[in-house]
Amino acid sequence: MNVAFGQIAMEDEVDLVQPARAAFRSPDEAPARRRLGLDRPLSYGWVLGPVLVILIWSVGSATGWIDSRILPAPWVAIHTAADLFQQGRLQDNIAVSAWRAAQGLFWGVTLGVIFALLSGLTLLGGYLIDGLVQIKRAIPSLALIPLFVLWFGIGEPMKVIVVALGVFIPIYIQTHNALRGIDIKHVELAESLGLNHAQFIRHVVLPGALPGFLLGLRFGVMGAWLGLVVVEQLNATSGIGYMITLARTYAQSDIILVGLVVYAVLGVSSDLAVRFLESRVLSWRRTLAK
Amino acid sequence: MASHAREIAMDRRDAGKVVSIRNLVRHFTLKGVLDGIDLDIGRGEFVALLGRSGSGKSTLLRAIADLDREAKGSGTILAPRNLSVVFQDARLLPWKRVLDNVVLGLDAPDAQARGRRALAEVEMAGRERSWPYELSGGEQQRVALARCLVREPALLLADEPFGALDALTRIRMHALLRKLAAVHRPCVLLVTHDVDEAIELADRILVLDAGRIEADLAVAPYRATSAKHEELKLRLLSLLGVETAPQAGDHSKSAHAS
Repeated sequence: MNVAFGQIAMEDEVDLVQPARAAFRSPDEAPARRRLGLDRPLSYGWVLGPVLVILIWSVGSATGWIDSRILPAPWVAIHTAADLFQQGRLQDNIAVSAWRAAQGLFWGVTLGVIFALLSGLTLLGGYLIDGLVQIKRAIPSLALIPLFVLWFGIGEPMKVIVVALGVFIPIYIQTHNALRGIDIKHVELAESLGLNHAQFIRHVVLPGALPGFLLGLRFGVMGAWLGLVVVEQLNATSGIGYMITLARTYAQSDIILVGLVVYAVLGVSSDLAVRFLESRVLSWRRTLAK
Repeated sequence: MASHAREIAMDRRDAGKVVSIRNLVRHFTLKGVLDGIDLDIGRGEFVALLGRSGSGKSTLLRAIADLDREAKGSGTILAPRNLSVVFQDARLLPWKRVLDNVVLGLDAPDAQARGRRALAEVEMAGRERSWPYELSGGEQQRVALARCLVREPALLLADEPFGALDALTRIRMHALLRKLAAVHRPCVLLVTHDVDEAIELADRILVLDAGRIEADLAVAPYRATSAKHEELKLRLLSLLGVETAPQAGDHSKSAHAS
């Protein structure tokens, strides 16, 4: 049905056109057709939820509806953060935590990629490695910590190893999956072009597996911070987790809050960094959300 | 692994023949797909392979290109080593720019220059730096043609290369392929289910049915008049199992066998 036609019919209201009016609808009367699927999302739309929570939290604290012993007001948390910063405790602890996360991330990514390549590109490597990694996946890192303490002590190596394991698993799983999931059509193409094995790996397999690796990296950086939360609350003398544990002992809920916010900010910003990297490296990919 | 012998040595081939197939049988698990194919294709010949869905036309092409590793069968295939395949989907690597797709796996020092020339030949000059997703279906298929050209194949195998294109783009691609074939004179084997396309492009048309070559026709004698053209078309259609009453003024209508 033609909408423009309906508009004309609306403008000259003659009795003759009346019967047709049921069939024609003017644009402002009702939408011509309901669009399926979502509209274009706003670039920073995702901040709405967090902002709303902070708003409710502020109003609750100001009106006394939220007990400050249970959850301090946002401005108290900001004030505490400023104090901690002036004392130098905040940045020192962040630096220690970040260094642990960076080391764990480095080893987790390096080993994850090496093992994924060994197991993804060779059959023997797959037989040797993949089963073991799948078994490890089923064991929570938390449950391994007592054993790691026995093996590696309570020092830095143990902490870095726990973080690295948390990174290793998603990197390995996603990269291996992508390496094994190369499109058979691309394999046929490579064969018909007479590519040798090295060219096939370099031009077809590795670039094809890159999106999988980057997805693994997104999980991996989050995993690094999560691993950190666990080890720093167990036996540490520094770091954000230690700061939180100490504050718990003295019931300083504002410091706990600052620690949690720091974790959240670090986690989200490192995820954003990987997504930025993704958009640069995978510019060949047409995605819905540009 | 295919159990049929696959010969590549040039000196064992009859002079003037590019492809020579003897008693080729291929089957996948249950159903026989190729049932004793004998086929010779000469230098510079443009052969169209017509057949209904499931007649084995793609299987024959893939056997010549040695793409089906899992296939079982017997017989001999002699085919040149430097053959190129055009698939129905252009099959460009999405992570490589157009020019890099064209010269993929090419070791020659002048590969880039040759790639540019090939792109110019398919009227894609200036698009060297584009990503495949930025191209239309017809443009992608032209890049795929350039990827073949740059390798100067003795044999070009095309598996329904225009099957996914719209009618107008297909007409332009037909003209382009005709021009390229006239310039480079490769031996071409074009798999299609479009009778008009086969008549328009090929020198010789094979009709495959149930894994056997049912007809082997030279096109030239039918090109003289439009009545002759129509006669060939109806004959091919009836070979393909499509019965049509002869109609006046039906020349422009595209006829599909499947």
